Amino acid sequence: MNARTNILARLRAAPAGVPVPAPDVAAWHAAAGDMDSATRIERFRANIAAAHAEVHDTDIDSWPALLCGIAAQKGVRKLLVGKDAPEAAALAARAGGDLQLVRYEKPASEWRSEFFDDIDAALTPARSALADTGSLILWPDARAPRLMSLVPPLHFVLLDAASIHTDLYAAMTAERWADAMPTNALVISGPSKTADIQQTLAYGAHGPREVIVLLIGGAQA
Amino acid sequence: MSQPIEFHPSFAERSKAAVNDAHLRQSFRGAMDFLQAKRRAQFPDAAALETLRDLGADIRRYALANLPALLEQLEAQLTANGVKVHWAETPDEANAIVLDIARRHDATRMVKGKSMVSEEVGLNHAMAAAGIEALETDMGEYIVQLAGEGPSHIIMPAIHKTKQQIAELFAAKLPGVSYTDNVDELIRIGREVLRKKFAAADIGLSGVNFAVAETGTLYLVENEGNGRMCTTVPRVHIAITGIEKVVAKLDHVVPLNSLLPRSATGQPVETYQNFISRPRQPDELDGPDEVHLILLDNGRTQAYADVQLRATLQCIRCGACMNHCPVYARIGGHAYGTTYPGPIGAIISPHLLGLADTYPLAFASTLCGACAEVCPVRIPIPDILIRLRNEAQARPGTTAASLRGSGAARTAGISAIWRVWSLIYSRLGLYRLTSWFMSRGRALSPTEQGAWTKSRTPLVPAPKRLRDLLRERQR
Amino acid sequence: MGSDTQRTRRYPPKPADAYLFATCLVDQFAPQAGLDTVRLLEREGIAVHFPEEQTCCGQPAYSSGYPDEARAVARRQLELFTQPWPVVVPSGSCAAMMRHHYPKLFANDPALLAKAVALSDRIFELTEFLVHVVGFRREDCGAPCTVALHTSCQARREMGVAETSGALLADLAAVTVAVQARAEECCGFGGTFAVRQPDISAAMVTDKVASLKESGAQSVVSADCGCLFNILGRAAKQDELAGRRQASLPGEHIASFLWRRTGERHEQ
Repeated sequence: MNARTNILARLRAAPAGVPVPAPDVAAWHAAAGDMDSATRIERFRANIAAAHAEVHDTDIDSWPALLCGIAAQKGVRKLLVGKDAPEAAALAARAGGDLQLVRYEKPASEWRSEFFDDIDAALTPARSALADTGSLILWPDARAPRLMSLVPPLHFVLLDAASIHTDLYAAMTAERWADAMPTNALVISGPSKTADIQQTLAYGAHGPREVIVLLIGGAQA
Repeated sequence: MSQPIEFHPSFAERSKAAVNDAHLRQSFRGAMDFLQAKRRAQFPDAAALETLRDLGADIRRYALANLPALLEQLEAQLTANGVKVHWAETPDEANAIVLDIARRHDATRMVKGKSMVSEEVGLNHAMAAAGIEALETDMGEYIVQLAGEGPSHIIMPAIHKTKQQIAELFAAKLPGVSYTDNVDELIRIGREVLRKKFAAADIGLSGVNFAVAETGTLYLVENEGNGRMCTTVPRVHIAITGIEKVVAKLDHVVPLNSLLPRSATGQPVETYQNFISRPRQPDELDGPDEVHLILLDNGRTQAYADVQLRATLQCIRCGACMNHCPVYARIGGHAYGTTYPGPIGAIISPHLLGLADTYPLAFASTLCGACAEVCPVRIPIPDILIRLRNEAQARPGTTAASLRGSGAARTAGISAIWRVWSLIYSRLGLYRLTSWFMSRGRALSPTEQGAWTKSRTPLVPAPKRLRDLLRERQR
Repeated sequence: MGSDTQRTRRYPPKPADAYLFATCLVDQFAPQAGLDTVRLLEREGIAVHFPEEQTCCGQPAYSSGYPDEARAVARRQLELFTQPWPVVVPSGSCAAMMRHHYPKLFANDPALLAKAVALSDRIFELTEFLVHVVGFRREDCGAPCTVALHTSCQARREMGVAETSGALLADLAAVTVAVQARAEECCGFGGTFAVRQPDISAAMVTDKVASLKESGAQSVVSADCGCLFNILGRAAKQDELAGRRQASLPGEHIASFLWRRTGERHEQ
């Protein structure tokens, strides 16, 4: 506690300096202007594609078939889905053949080697998304834990086009993040990457090599 | 352990060696040109950029103006969320806190996300001394650790290395790996090695980009996913950060992160923005059981105590100042000899290490202002460099000397030269006389003018001064 | 570092009288640049006043970390410009010292601070003054040529007049301004930096000379003598070492260049 007391005492002893008014992020954001829903979808699409993710248009009924098709094409054999997740139920009716659904039921620490070595892909929903940076927002929970969007080499994301916000400020304000933050909120913009070797961009650094967005209701808008 | 950086040889010798290293010069020049162009492309609207920089600076200044209260709020929120908060005045204290946590968990394997503060405290050495493997997992950091070096840039640690050098390094150091300079292949090799390390680690250590007081949230950004691995897979997560990294409100991270990646690497956004607010909850299946935050002072309160130098703490560690610094481009990051190189390193290091060991950095600038021009939070770096020069040469015992190591650069000879200079130029009679003699005696001007004539022809006064020419013209 | 942009600075109409603060470098080492500045302004109908008591703006000591010594010198200059006329400075670097750093230098002395602030408002870099106050437009009478322009860091970033030198050159019909790589990068002069960090400074000025030569320019012009001496001195040293008798990169102050190009023969 001594370090704490000393540090705070030194900070409090410092001269006040020029008063600084509270920054007005809302005004800055308002001045930048908003986008209509069609523009948001279009910008999201373009920006996440620029970040090397794939976007596939689909609808609430046909996405399981679409996913199974892509999975087959990519050679996915084990697909991780959340325990009790509604999308898992929808997919279970459809999956079969070469595609095996693995449910995330045990704590990660209990099946780490299988998780890290054997799972080809995972499916999670996105809570919402951002147009200006082409980003997906995930609030992991028991039905879609944190490592699902990180460990498997391929990440399928189910996204409702109606949930695309203009930008992060709009999302956090509309969804009232500051009132109750989850354990871990994530904003994901494409597959993991690095340019640490001679500024050469390479995908699949430590996280997924591919991010595939199944966009529901984006085509009609 | 508290001073991981040794100042041998001197900055002068290191920078001279670096300037004469053609490979290094080329590596940095190429990287700087590339990064400058990428940043420029990210900010096509100059007016919008200036507005955003104003807001970014205001957010950081507001946080600093309320720093003690915000730190207490941050601590209260994090504690309520189940995160344990620790305070450290020195690098030794910070390392001791980490070791204590490690011992409680019988931990021997630590994976690290990119953290400049951990470099600052010499954490890897402290862990190694205690028998704990502290492994860097950011690809660039992993490469420099494998090479037994430190980072040469705060964002791109291995920027000084070519892919061929990295290929040789991997082939030499990693069992079963043969030479390849294919970048995708090199990254794949790193990924395979480090995946096993993530899965087996006891502790994950990370830095923090911003700590949000309002919600008790640690905000971390990265591209590779190693940061998320370190903060999610091991059962203990320890975050370490400087006390200045706090922001008041959650939405303050939005403008700051609009500036950060675009200023740093010219990318529109990072792959991962990671908001961590608590350890794993009972119903959750992954995430660490314990989350710790270490708040480090290490000289920051000295900068804070001075209203002008406080602006140093606005920094969001984007590295744009070094990417645009003509001196950094010539000598690279290692020549500085400090954890933080470049213009920001020159102004923060005196607080961390004392002026006596770091004042040469304050003089290693032409004051060209390229750093301040790109700084996303408007730190007046050239003004602070001048202030540090004043401090370094201040007469001991005067009010001007207020920093640790003030006056360390003062020499009787140089001070006398400036006193004489001041005398001549503040007294017209003396100036007239001196300049008249210089003009008339121009034939006697020295052909050797010290360092100037090593690379340039000598400066020779004109036969007649402007004041003579104007007087003649009026006749 | 304070900085201007043209959108924030308001310019006065063209005055009948103006002061010249020539700078110590011009007085002692480049008087022709000062004389040509006077001629350019007089031809525009402006009476130019040169207070004889002027010496140096104080920047060498200020930027070297000797504020007291700088203050003693700067204080003298504060007293010289008693009439409310603009003060024209043929150097971006010295102009920036007087415009932006004088108020900081005298921040702790209310009486001197008031003077410093009042003077600061009247300080104009020469090319800034020609473009924004004088509205300089003269016909180019010279032979076709290609020149490179070097703008000092202080003109560019502190005075916010990165464009004015270029605008003056662009108005000259027979002059082509060569495109150089990294035009905005410092030449490595930096006052005492050039002698305190000789190796880094030499590397910077060598690169600068190379990019000026690669631009295809026959000569270089600049509104700052410090940069010019650094660049031309380096090029001349290279010539000397290579045994070249003719300058591979000649150059001059922009005031002299403008005066020659726009018909020196018209002088009254």
